[in-house]
Amino acid sequence: MSAIYERELDSQLNGLTGYVYGALMLLFAGIYVMVSNLAGSPDFTNVLYSMTFLYLIGIPLLTMRSVAEERHQKTDQLLYSLPLSMTKIVLGKYLALVTVMVMPIAVMALYPLVLNALATAGSVSLKSAYGALTGYIFLGMALTAVGLYISSLMDSPALAAGACFIVLLLAYFLTPLSEYIPSSGLASLAAFALAAAVFALILWRATGNRAVALGLWLALEGALGICYALWPGQFPGLFAEIAGWLAIFDRFDNFAYDIFDVRALVYFASVTAVFLFLTVQAMERRRWAA
Amino acid sequence: MIEVSHLTKRYGDRTAVEDLTFTVEKGFVYGFLGPNGAGKTTTMNILTGCLAATEGQVTIGGYDIFDQPIQAKRLVGYLPEQPPVYMGMTVEEYLSFVARAKGVPLRELEGQLAEAQRVTGVADVAGRLIRNLSKGYRQRVGIAQALLGQPQVIILDEPTVGLDPLQIVEIRQLIRRLGRERTVILSSHILSEVQTVCDRVIMVHRGRLVAQGTPGDLERQFAGKVTYRLSVKAAPGEVHQALEPVDGVTAVTTAPGADGRLEVEVSASDKGPAMDERISFALSDMRIPVLRLEREQASLEDVFLALAQEKPDPEKGGPKARRGWRMGRGGRA
Repeated sequence: MSAIYERELDSQLNGLTGYVYGALMLLFAGIYVMVSNLAGSPDFTNVLYSMTFLYLIGIPLLTMRSVAEERHQKTDQLLYSLPLSMTKIVLGKYLALVTVMVMPIAVMALYPLVLNALATAGSVSLKSAYGALTGYIFLGMALTAVGLYISSLMDSPALAAGACFIVLLLAYFLTPLSEYIPSSGLASLAAFALAAAVFALILWRATGNRAVALGLWLALEGALGICYALWPGQFPGLFAEIAGWLAIFDRFDNFAYDIFDVRALVYFASVTAVFLFLTVQAMERRRWAA
Repeated sequence: MIEVSHLTKRYGDRTAVEDLTFTVEKGFVYGFLGPNGAGKTTTMNILTGCLAATEGQVTIGGYDIFDQPIQAKRLVGYLPEQPPVYMGMTVEEYLSFVARAKGVPLRELEGQLAEAQRVTGVADVAGRLIRNLSKGYRQRVGIAQALLGQPQVIILDEPTVGLDPLQIVEIRQLIRRLGRERTVILSSHILSEVQTVCDRVIMVHRGRLVAQGTPGDLERQFAGKVTYRLSVKAAPGEVHQALEPVDGVTAVTTAPGADGRLEVEVSASDKGPAMDERISFALSDMRIPVLRLEREQASLEDVFLALAQEKPDPEKGGPKARRGWRMGRGGRA
């Protein structure tokens, strides 16, 4: 596993993407610190809050090549033939990605200390600053797992980056988007029906198996219909609520209000675990289909 | 060493490998021979754990590749059709990565790296980026990678494809050298390659096993059926009358040729030199002038063609199957 970790880290640091990501993070961190903290506000958490959107660009850049490039170059055959479990291979890759992801944030972790030394912004609360940094890193770890999973589904890094960006963008704007859906039960039902159709469509494109996708779509729509007939009272506002669960970026909000939100950390860790598991499954499934 | 039983692989409704059963014994070079699309790569990918089988069992050194993949894979070094090298690494970095990923202990690492580089002749390019190497050298690096971890079996998928003639000769010599200490399985669609390099041949066609044995065995299997081609000046009736009673002749067919000659094909079950004489005496007894007499002995190529045609398959196969296959310089004796 350490060999996989080191090779992945090496390829990130030998390529441009790791540096572009780092430069981007540090550039924006610098700008936000300058306009906010150096202008007088002692609130560092607000800097991090403003910077969550950088993951939208940073994470696809960081994760796009992780598996898709191996598949593109046919080096994945080596991984499959190694006497290593797929879990170890995926974990090695993931940890390398997280290492690169954390690097610029580690530099940013010095900023609160520097700000306090300069004392231009009054006293920055270290407790809330480092609490928010922890939350920011956990958010990044969860998103990296999502990016790794998407890369493991794709055959080319460019596709992986595009898909990852779209998925993260949707997640970023999920709450405001779901507010467009009226809270009536029928609107909720319609939104679910649409989501089921999109899901089936993606499944069809991903697996090429039209019968299964069609069957699943009909089953989902049928189940929705039955649920709606049985418990219509549950539906008003349900879509928005479920969208709220999936709105991963919103979980960071509490940290910006000086709350060390352990539940959010658990949420991020769970998302990480789920997507790492899915990545292992996606890699294993290639053995059957490739 | 390797036992494959009733191996079947289907892609959707296309069957790539069907009910394949064979055994690989220790210490030989095996040639896995068949036209493109015969299921060679699929089989090798399954043997190395890169691909899951639809049905059947593969054990390597007693370990089932599906149930105990880690133990089984430790015994195998694999060079896929395209060498799985990282272009951005130097040869040294790459080989050291593979060795560590295969779990080679640190105290053996240096020794194994040096050994693999020496055997494959890549030591002099060790510091160069793989991106800048020629195809032949990348192939060697791929083989060096397969040798790391000292596996007992080396599996090479079409190791000479895309190389220039000199490189092909070198890689073949390398494979022969490897075969002295290890079991080697290589796949090829080139008969002459298998004939020169391998001790054992496994022939597959349309995903099925059609024959196996030493190259000599397979030739002998078919050597019973010798064909003689003759040009004579005579009527068909006379020729049949003269040749059919000859001891050993199983069939005589005639066809009119150019200049009033008659082209005759004689199938015989005896291939000794006496057969040639018996045929020629039988004809001269009837005062039939023989203008040409040729003996055609079954070569491995004939064996392959015959076996491939013997088991016609109505199924059309995939796009790969239609591409046909290149004949080597496998000769007619």
